[in-house]
Amino acid sequence: MDTVKTKKVRDVRELSYWGSVFYRLRKNKMAMVSIVVLALIVLACVLVPMLSPYSYFVTNTDNKQMPPSVEHPLGTDDLGRDLLTRFFYAGRISLGIALIVVVLECIVGVIMGGVAGYYGGLVDAAIMRLCEMFMSFPFLMFVITVRALFGNSLVVLVAVLVLLTWPSVARIVRGQILALREQEYMQACEALGISDFRRIFRHLLPNVLAYVIVYATLGMASVILTETALSFLGLGVAPPTPTWGTLIQEARSRIVLVQRWWYWIPPGLGISVSVMCFNLIGDGLRDALDPKMKR
Amino acid sequence: MNNTAVKQETLLEVKGLTKYFPIQAGVFHKTVGHVKAVDDVSFTVKRGKTMGLVGESGCGKSTTGRVLLRLLEPTAGEVSFAGNDVFKADKRQLQRLRTQMQIIFQDPYSSLNPRLPVREIVGEAMLQHGIASGRRDMNERVIEVIGKCGLFPEQASRYPHQFSGGQRQRICIARALAVNPEFVVCDEAVSALDVSIQSQIINLLKDMQDEMGLTYLFISHDLSVVKFISDDVGVMYLGQIVEYGGKQQIFENPAHPYTEALLSAAPSFDPKARNNKKRIIMEGDVPSPANPPPGCRFHTRCPFAKDMCKEIVPENKELEPGHFVMCHKAHGLL
Repeated sequence: MDTVKTKKVRDVRELSYWGSVFYRLRKNKMAMVSIVVLALIVLACVLVPMLSPYSYFVTNTDNKQMPPSVEHPLGTDDLGRDLLTRFFYAGRISLGIALIVVVLECIVGVIMGGVAGYYGGLVDAAIMRLCEMFMSFPFLMFVITVRALFGNSLVVLVAVLVLLTWPSVARIVRGQILALREQEYMQACEALGISDFRRIFRHLLPNVLAYVIVYATLGMASVILTETALSFLGLGVAPPTPTWGTLIQEARSRIVLVQRWWYWIPPGLGISVSVMCFNLIGDGLRDALDPKMKR
Repeated sequence: MNNTAVKQETLLEVKGLTKYFPIQAGVFHKTVGHVKAVDDVSFTVKRGKTMGLVGESGCGKSTTGRVLLRLLEPTAGEVSFAGNDVFKADKRQLQRLRTQMQIIFQDPYSSLNPRLPVREIVGEAMLQHGIASGRRDMNERVIEVIGKCGLFPEQASRYPHQFSGGQRQRICIARALAVNPEFVVCDEAVSALDVSIQSQIINLLKDMQDEMGLTYLFISHDLSVVKFISDDVGVMYLGQIVEYGGKQQIFENPAHPYTEALLSAAPSFDPKARNNKKRIIMEGDVPSPANPPPGCRFHTRCPFAKDMCKEIVPENKELEPGHFVMCHKAHGLL
């Protein structure tokens, strides 16, 4: 017999697919630390209206440009607003935008890429040409034009980012589906008369989902950076709504940089720490989602 | 009931089966030619028997198997399975045929979805076709069928990567047998396994055949395996069955030079036989199936080829009852 009896311990082999993914992820220390750190940041951002006695937009000129103190742990800005409060409100917007953009781009990307890969032929060609069109837009030119035409609301910013990023997801998904379609287990499905619905939702999507989740996690990081860059250039969210990018933008004069570190170090840290966390989680997920990784 | 008469009943009849793959070129994907993968192939398989299909790689064996199951759409021809016309079946009839005709693939790695546990892989089709009445029923049936295939009940919740190649092939067999088919295409089902595992899997296939009354189309390039498992054998060359007959007729009395050459290439364990054997070495390569040679397709490599072979396509003539050959020499015309 080539069957080996393994009846020792209830190990990772006994777990369901997602159970084993979580099991492997838990063994990745960097990813787990990242998840905890990120969870704390998100929690603080969510709870800031309850925790902070200050408003993020009411100005108080008597209190401006204060260095860190007990009342204002990170000091106040040019208009006398508490910087710690603004930091967490900014986190809400920065992380919130990233989340919405990533979720939307993945939905659009999975649908478009899935349709292109599954049906092939003319549909595929049409969708891929559309992707190439969007990917060849000059990013900044496009953003500036759209902002000039439609104003600088959050909705417009999200729409622009989704519009410019979904093609990458669509390409990943299409490529995967094309590869999966040729696998013999898809032919076995056909020979067994498995319905299209089951084939798509039980065989194709779960195999694609792993790639999409990893892409989405890494995508969070890149959207945070993009939003920061746009806000810094004044193309992001309009004041008084703070984002980490606009906080840094407010600190860009030489005097502030040299003399008031509390203006720009916290948002800078917020950006780099959360981006790093997302990248580490993404790496951890990539390993954890591979069922061939035993440990 | 006359038992022998039942056994001789024809289950599958293939007539003039043809599959051309278009060759597309240029920006507009214009069809510039066809790969004639399977060209006018006819044979019958009797209920409860095994038909072996041998030939070099690229000769159209696998394509034949896949077209039979309509995994590929045929270019021409007719397949009748237990009285049903497979190629004219509509969606509902085809769904029913899916439970009667199954396939086991060569590669036990790519033929199992890595994200699903064995229970789902094997049981999915039972739910799809209403063979199992619910998930609990499915679970019981899965354990039964994998048990028949030599796996333990607790292995039902494992994932494919946790099994060896031989075990994976057992899962593939269990999946095919889960829908209680009558006919199974074994497409190089043991070629990817090492020899000791091959014999286990072949024995499993034979046991299942006895137990469930299965009929096999056993596609392989391995003559010794085909000799062991088959009742009838078809020898394919460049999209055609050049010789077809009972196992004994093919292995002991081959009439086509290609069959002889194939047999002479198979290693023998008997030293006496080895010394007596004349090794026929074929020259050249298999011609492209996109542009097969005129006349007899084998004439470019046949040691006996004459001018006639280059021009006239040999008939598929019956030499003795049940033994068909496509060769001018065997027909006594050279």
